[in-house]
Amino acid sequence: MADIYHEIPPRFQVEIDREKCRLCERCTVNCTYDVHSFQGERIVTRSENCVACQRCATMCPQGAISILPGKISFAPHYTYSERIRRIIYEQASTGGVMLAGSGTDLPYRVIFDDLLLDAAQVTNPSIDPLRETVETVTYLGRKPDRMFVTEGDGKLTVSRGADYPNVQLSTPIVVGHMSLGSISYNACVAILRAAKEVGTMVGTGEGGLHPDFYEYADVINSEVASGRFGIEPRYLKEIAALEIKIGQGAKPGHGGHLPGEKVDALISETRMIPKGTDALSPYPHHDIYSIEDLAQLIGALKEASRYRVPVGVKIAAVHNSAPIASGIARAGADFITLDGLRGGTGAAPRIIRDHAGIPVELAVAAVDRRLREEGIRHLVSIVAGGSIRYAADLVKVLALGADAAMVGQSVLIAMGCRACQMCHLGNCSWGIATQRPDLTRRLDVDIAAQRLANVFHAWTEELREILGALGIDSVESLVGNRDRLRYVGPNPKVAEVLGVKHAGEPWSD
Amino acid sequence: MVEVKEKVEAEVRAEAEPYVVEISALDERGEPKPYKALNEEVHRAAAAGCDVIRLRDVHGQRFLAAGMEGRVRLEVYGTPGNDLGIFMDGPTIEVFGSAQDQTGNTMNNGKIVVHGNAWDVTAFAARGGKIFVRGDGGYRIGIHMKEFRRHRPVVVYGGCVREFFGEYMAGGLLVALGLDGRGNAATHNAGREVVGPGLATGIHGGVIYLRGDVPDHYLGVGAVKRGLDERDRKTLEPVLREFGEYFDVPLELIWEKPFTKVVPASSRPYGAYYCGKLI
Amino acid sequence: MNGLSYRGTWDKPATPPGRLERIGEACGIAALVNLDGRPESGARIGKMIRTMVDRENGLGAGYAAYGLFPERADLYCLQMLFDDRGALERAREFLGKKFRLDADEEIATYPVATLLGKPPICWRFFVAPPKEAEGQEDDYVMAQVFRLNAELAGAFVMSSGKDMAVFKGNGWSHEIFDFYGIGDYEAPLWLAHSRFPTNSPGWWGGAHPFNILGLSIIHNGEITSYGTNRRFVEMWGYRCTLLTDSEVIAYSLDLLLRQQRLPELVACAALAPPYHFLIDEMENGGARELLREIRVNYRPAMLNGPFSVAVATNYEAPTLLGMTDRKKLRPLVAATSADGNTVFLSSEECAIAILGEDATEAWAPHAGKPVIAGVGRGLVRRGTEDYFEGLEIEFANP
Repeated sequence: MADIYHEIPPRFQVEIDREKCRLCERCTVNCTYDVHSFQGERIVTRSENCVACQRCATMCPQGAISILPGKISFAPHYTYSERIRRIIYEQASTGGVMLAGSGTDLPYRVIFDDLLLDAAQVTNPSIDPLRETVETVTYLGRKPDRMFVTEGDGKLTVSRGADYPNVQLSTPIVVGHMSLGSISYNACVAILRAAKEVGTMVGTGEGGLHPDFYEYADVINSEVASGRFGIEPRYLKEIAALEIKIGQGAKPGHGGHLPGEKVDALISETRMIPKGTDALSPYPHHDIYSIEDLAQLIGALKEASRYRVPVGVKIAAVHNSAPIASGIARAGADFITLDGLRGGTGAAPRIIRDHAGIPVELAVAAVDRRLREEGIRHLVSIVAGGSIRYAADLVKVLALGADAAMVGQSVLIAMGCRACQMCHLGNCSWGIATQRPDLTRRLDVDIAAQRLANVFHAWTEELREILGALGIDSVESLVGNRDRLRYVGPNPKVAEVLGVKHAGEPWSD
Repeated sequence: MVEVKEKVEAEVRAEAEPYVVEISALDERGEPKPYKALNEEVHRAAAAGCDVIRLRDVHGQRFLAAGMEGRVRLEVYGTPGNDLGIFMDGPTIEVFGSAQDQTGNTMNNGKIVVHGNAWDVTAFAARGGKIFVRGDGGYRIGIHMKEFRRHRPVVVYGGCVREFFGEYMAGGLLVALGLDGRGNAATHNAGREVVGPGLATGIHGGVIYLRGDVPDHYLGVGAVKRGLDERDRKTLEPVLREFGEYFDVPLELIWEKPFTKVVPASSRPYGAYYCGKLI
Repeated sequence: MNGLSYRGTWDKPATPPGRLERIGEACGIAALVNLDGRPESGARIGKMIRTMVDRENGLGAGYAAYGLFPERADLYCLQMLFDDRGALERAREFLGKKFRLDADEEIATYPVATLLGKPPICWRFFVAPPKEAEGQEDDYVMAQVFRLNAELAGAFVMSSGKDMAVFKGNGWSHEIFDFYGIGDYEAPLWLAHSRFPTNSPGWWGGAHPFNILGLSIIHNGEITSYGTNRRFVEMWGYRCTLLTDSEVIAYSLDLLLRQQRLPELVACAALAPPYHFLIDEMENGGARELLREIRVNYRPAMLNGPFSVAVATNYEAPTLLGMTDRKKLRPLVAATSADGNTVFLSSEECAIAILGEDATEAWAPHAGKPVIAGVGRGLVRRGTEDYFEGLEIEFANP
């Protein structure tokens, strides 16, 4: 396809207050999208390149830069919205498949926002989480059907069956899979350091583990994806958990492609491929074309890790998630991660990111119910991700049936990401979703790690606040406790799928 | 003139035998009277100016002496019900038996002496007065006890208490001695812990004295252990003497074992807990 | 509406009202067991529960007696309530098909003027499961009880165990006592419950004790983990139809004690486990390891929020078990008789003290730790011991 450029009004208007500007040129250095340049006497801006990452405005010592909505209006049209027209213009210019970063920005209803929490009043007391114990410890992994303990002759005899390795988390929040490649080395280190401090788990993403990161092995959840990059014995043995990635909420049914030009020394060492070669993650696992094949890979990973760590399977939340999850549980997985429609990505075709999959709220409720109906809920822990934005979503997703929440975008935002959704360009001006050495340097690991640890701490405290208000002193009594949720949205069918009553209806089924 | 006469009569009576009224808490069928009826009799007796109200066969009637003022003395034989002496402001209650839950709830002033045990949530939010219990206590004793101006509540347990002792404590004095639950024998109590976990969690005022040591992990949020100095001994001495007199426990026996003192680490333990400037 | 008329209507006194909602409970509980198995009349248990009259509001009370039918101890006793004769006949027909019907009789009842409305017909059946249920008699009986309660209009099974029965109804504890003539029965183990529901009018079947097979439970409090616990037991085939905490606790215990045959101490630790930080502080050893495993493996079984319970079982010998939640948010005291032969449990000490010389000074079991006492077993646990104190713990690995 030939590029046929067509002038389109800019999305943002960048303005410089000439009174304030001291011509220090900091904006020209900081902008990674070629907006600002110094032309002899003044800073010149190319607004059409601006993505509203706010780097220039934040770094301007004079506060002279404003980023405003584009000044040229599109004639209002509900059906052919500005967004649709921009997509058509761009495809007309390039003939390309629209690529996008981050998670979908379409206004799908956030069902979390239609759910309200209960609180203890009179018939049971609320609990003060600041002064009394309210526990958030969570175990991910398969649990036995039951324990075998007999009593006799002053002795309790505990007969153990198979081993059931579980990962202990201090709080029911895990970091999703963001590989070195999708985010920078410094971002990875900051996340690992924060997770270690807090006592939770971090996914490696498809791409192996950089040798430096083995220092954090006890918080690492090694991903085994379709590209099988970076898999070596210690990647399977020296870690906290293993996870087979079947799908991702932002791109169900899609693979991955890290272009060769991005495969520098760092990535090469991590993915264990030569510098400059393409890193292709095929769409499916080519050793998994059916459920029994998944069972085979699960079995292989358990053997390789000598049954020491739980083995999970991550799927995108799709229409048939419930039976799929049942199959995964029966195939021997120890935990299942459900990644919802609004989940994030370093890069994905926009058409998939925005239009495939289902919201995680519905998927979690459906999977939890299905596994219970089949009497196998204890076989797997459920981890739910894909737009767990803040602590309120965390609490609600647990009540809907998840054992833990998986977070990604919020982690990046905590470290300074402005959600400009240009991750796929690899020019992240904040040094997060980029591999350019001049940019990755911008992320101060110590500060980023502390900010992230702060967020985990704050969420955990807020979770404890809510548990206290619910009169619950340990998080396991919230898991699947949908009776403590009420629906206030417009669609009763949603409430039915969630298994949640409408607000105003008292306790019952 | 009438007032003067009444005053003189009262003084004469004080020097003479105390004016004692006995009330049975059982009705004519031998069943416990409803609490409302019993309390009504108590209030009538107090209004009639008696000094001592002796309650016989009490079986769980609640709210005895609730909100009562003045200097009347209640002697309770049997088991008073929950909320004994709630909101009380002055009277003395002596229980020859055990009390149940919420004894001395939100008490302002007065005294409660219990010759048995007094279980959960004793002295909740008490602002003044004294409570002496010969035996054991349960959970959340002295929770949110406070002090104000000249009022400083004192609670002493001869036996052991359980979790959340002095939770939210904002003032006053809490003591647990860990003596044998039978009290006056006052033998040491090997193997029984004087206090449980969650000790003084959220404490921001007042002081706790425990006879014996306490494991560090029993300390709640914002509570610290300290040793005793001379001032502490001076504070404790009269309180323990009073306890010893009620239950016939020799002071030297109590002092045989060193005490641990628990106080707030700071009066604002959650200064950095909240945020909210950015949105 | 005055206080009495709030006791609900009596269109279907025995069976649930059409729209059943979950009911919070704040109640009085009392229990006693004679360790030597000596039967005693219901007089003392009646006196105990009556003493705590301030804990009830007239919307339900009940009693359970264990060791009640020694001459028919091999038979399941279905103690039932019926709205009318038709329902009774339908039940008789159903039972005739599903069981060998050994005997049946009307349960003695006495007019109580203050009870509102017409009381239900009270009947008991002594049945034996058919041959094909051999080896799974309990499960068979439980399945039939579920069916009866769910499908047979106008009928309700109060209890279904061997050598025991539940007597309950809608009224004050003294009314239900008089209605069934509880003083005339003799048994070595008794439970009594008086109820203060916070929602919906009472109905006969909804009173407590709640029973399933040989397990009966009386309960005070309102658990905050109901949804989680309910989904847990439903996963194991239980059907929660009454939507009460007692029901879900009973099924949890039936699962752990009868189906999974866990020792009582292990089951109790699953329902009210110690905090992680206390487990971490324990001495390294079997008790710590076992508690850790229980916490990991029985997460959804944990009961959260305030409760105190007394449970009677007759798996081997009639046994009484009492415990509270791990924060001790509901009261429970225990005592023995002066001769040590009787163990008492009660919400309030006054209910024990009123027995006078019969009882020694009461003690308060620790939060989340069980009192266990059984006929022929003695006072096994006072609820003040350390976890698994005095027991050696051995792990047999595969």
